Amino acid sequence: MWHQMAFWLCAAGAVGTGIAVFRVDSMARATFALLASFIFAAGTILLLRLTYLGVLVVLMMIMEMVIMAVFMIMYMMNPAGLMPMSMVHNKIGSVVIAAGTFALLTAVILLVPWPSRNGEPPPDPTRALGEALMGSKMLVMMVLGLVLFATMVASVVLATHRGRYDRYGDRLDAKRPNDPVRGGLRR
Amino acid sequence: MVEAGPWWSGVLLPLILVAFALAAAMMDSSLAARDAGGRAGWWEPLRSVGGLLVQQRRRTLAADVLLWRGGIWALLAGGVLASLVTPFGRWSVADLSIGVVWFNAAEVVAWAAVWLVGWGANSAYGLVGGFRFVAQGLAYELPHMFALITAALGAESLRVSDIVAAQESLWFVVWMPAAFAVYLISILSMAFWGPFDQPAGRDITGGVLAELSGVDRLLFSAGRWILLVSGAAFAVPLFLGGGAGPVLPEWLWSVLKTAAVLAFLVWVRRRLPTVRLERYEEIAWMVLIPVMLVQALMVAVVLLVR
Repeated sequence: MWHQMAFWLCAAGAVGTGIAVFRVDSMARATFALLASFIFAAGTILLLRLTYLGVLVVLMMIMEMVIMAVFMIMYMMNPAGLMPMSMVHNKIGSVVIAAGTFALLTAVILLVPWPSRNGEPPPDPTRALGEALMGSKMLVMMVLGLVLFATMVASVVLATHRGRYDRYGDRLDAKRPNDPVRGGLRR
Repeated sequence: MVEAGPWWSGVLLPLILVAFALAAAMMDSSLAARDAGGRAGWWEPLRSVGGLLVQQRRRTLAADVLLWRGGIWALLAGGVLASLVTPFGRWSVADLSIGVVWFNAAEVVAWAAVWLVGWGANSAYGLVGGFRFVAQGLAYELPHMFALITAALGAESLRVSDIVAAQESLWFVVWMPAAFAVYLISILSMAFWGPFDQPAGRDITGGVLAELSGVDRLLFSAGRWILLVSGAAFAVPLFLGGGAGPVLPEWLWSVLKTAAVLAFLVWVRRRLPTVRLERYEEIAWMVLIPVMLVQALMVAVVLLVR
């Protein structure tokens, strides 16, 4: 009974705040509506008794959305919603795609003969998750981590307008880097 | 042993946090009065509370009131929720199996809360303060997470009661001193206190606090103090052996240790100058993170060969 109520509260909350992302003008409000949507989604994970994953989703999403708010406000032409601006583009196309995806997923849910539960959930899901990540899924996670890290390094290299030649001179022989702002280590 | 307390311990928790916060604020104001050469000013926080309660709210043009107030309440909620897993002597409100992650998630709420308060007022100073806090978050959060993980690693559990139990013979502060130091630094940073008060810096007329007045200011300041208290209190089960100690009962040891850590954090504010963000950023990434990696590696090796 409580489970049902909590689930529907989370589900409705996630969808409602998800809709709000596209209804509000302000980038800050859109970002934090999205954060609220993620937190409602984390609620459904907690209902599955996956405490670690649920709390982790909250933790990561708060940090990610705050970083995202910085970029949204940096790039959008109307960050504070003081001027009218539409958050939706290509309306007809996106409506068709969204309706099609919804129909497809609903059909899959209704038509697939779902298997009945086989076995029990582990007594400590956090430990089971850790053993899976460090055991059978190790290779996948290592490759994933490497790809993500390479992407980060590559995007920083592409985005920065100052390379080592700007910092250490054309022959890379400057003792001290020529930085506009000195860091804390007095290098 | 630590176990979950009765339901009313959840009601008691905010009151205990407020009492600690008030005591810390009183200590801070009496230190300020002493530095200024005046008489003891320990009642100053009480006077401020009274003043802020009757003060009328100042309004700003085109403020985003929803996000502004939301940020204030979020900071308060995050500070209180972080202490949900902190054992008070033998009892904690909830002894979750992932207590350390819970604490981390609750104090990360400060990222969103402080930025929202800075943004909501529609004031340039507030906004600069909010963005400064995000930059500060990028500096302190990773070393902080490594400090938490190191303590959890030492106990081989994310449950706070297991971490306390693992310190029966030797407190973690003894063989993880770097983790303890980094933890204290990150607590100061997350409550933007002491040398890390740039988000509320004087050079930007109070930053995120610039436009806060009346009850809003009271709640936000309370949230900031409670975050500091929660951080100090969690250092006790993580590194200082929880309620362990001779003669006195366990809850009293918890109180004494928390008070000692909190008093140190309050005192250090007047002893250290403000660190500029660009300096802190480089120190955090070039020194604190490598130090924490080495510390975690050391703990892992000790556990493997033991």
